[in-house]
Amino acid sequence: MFHSKVYVTLKKSILDPQGKAVEQGIHSLGFESVENVRIGKYIEMDVDANSQNEAERITKEISEKLLANLVMESFTSTTERIKE
Amino acid sequence: MSLIKVKIGVVVFPGSNCDHDAHYVSETIMGQDARLIWHKEGSIGNVDIVILPGGFSYGDYLRCGAIARFSPVMKDVVRFANNGGLVIGICNGFQVLTEAGLLPGVLLRNRSLLFACKYLHLRVENADTKFTNQCKKGELLEIPIAHGEGNYYSDSETLKHLEGNNQIVFRYCDRFGKVTDEANPNGSLKNIAGIINGTGNVLGMMPHPERASDPILKHTDGKKIFESMIQNIQSQFQLVESLVAERSI
Repeated sequence: MFHSKVYVTLKKSILDPQGKAVEQGIHSLGFESVENVRIGKYIEMDVDANSQNEAERITKEISEKLLANLVMESFTSTTERIKE
Repeated sequence: MSLIKVKIGVVVFPGSNCDHDAHYVSETIMGQDARLIWHKEGSIGNVDIVILPGGFSYGDYLRCGAIARFSPVMKDVVRFANNGGLVIGICNGFQVLTEAGLLPGVLLRNRSLLFACKYLHLRVENADTKFTNQCKKGELLEIPIAHGEGNYYSDSETLKHLEGNNQIVFRYCDRFGKVTDEANPNGSLKNIAGIINGTGNVLGMMPHPERASDPILKHTDGKKIFESMIQNIQSQFQLVESLVAERSI
């Protein structure tokens, strides 16, 4: 069994008004040094696969076809073996 | 020659909430045969027009329209569309159509981050479609919007293609017909409010024509979209009838 973590964020080229609003909040909190705040989604799942490669391939396919809309979003993922 | 009633199917996803409005307008206002199609049905049956209504299918989980695309009925909707059948996606229906790959681009969160619910003006950019043939090019329609994710976006190449092919059907404008940034309620690229696919049989629009069709609500500009689709189907029927009549003489 493998455990995958997928992070989905808006592409750099796409304005993230939610991130902008949170950035303003961070500045109001007194942390003026913070910039480029982006909001995204975090998805985790267990994948039953025979190998690390297979688990990664499955995770990637799910991410491309469902978890992220590649017109506006990009994603990164990690997959690691977990104990049964 | 008698006019045959047009058969209109309105798909109901869990979370759709404009399905009954679309059904009511199709049947009661327009006088056609309408039926609701539950999303678990494997087939849309014998229909001439499919409406994907507004609402919050699957609670907008993950992304608007992302899960609805996998509903059993969508396979048949895609088949119907690929065979040239008329499909109109309104609001959430538009989002479903982009997720299903039947229309290019995507609907992002409104740039204001606020849900926008109001009457506004649309300019008909292309009146030579199966959805706007009862309008004039440049005509203004007053139709309400109600959405949080209606900010149309596509890459620049797709946009160029849409513009070059006359696939942008409606743009948000002010009451004088000027397409301005102030008249843009959600940040859509080029004020896009509705687009059509390359073969002209699939339309997606964020504004709600079904909410501006019953005279009791004062605004009836939305009726023109329904009239256009119905006119398109009925003219096909008439063509077939006249061909049959010619043969039998």
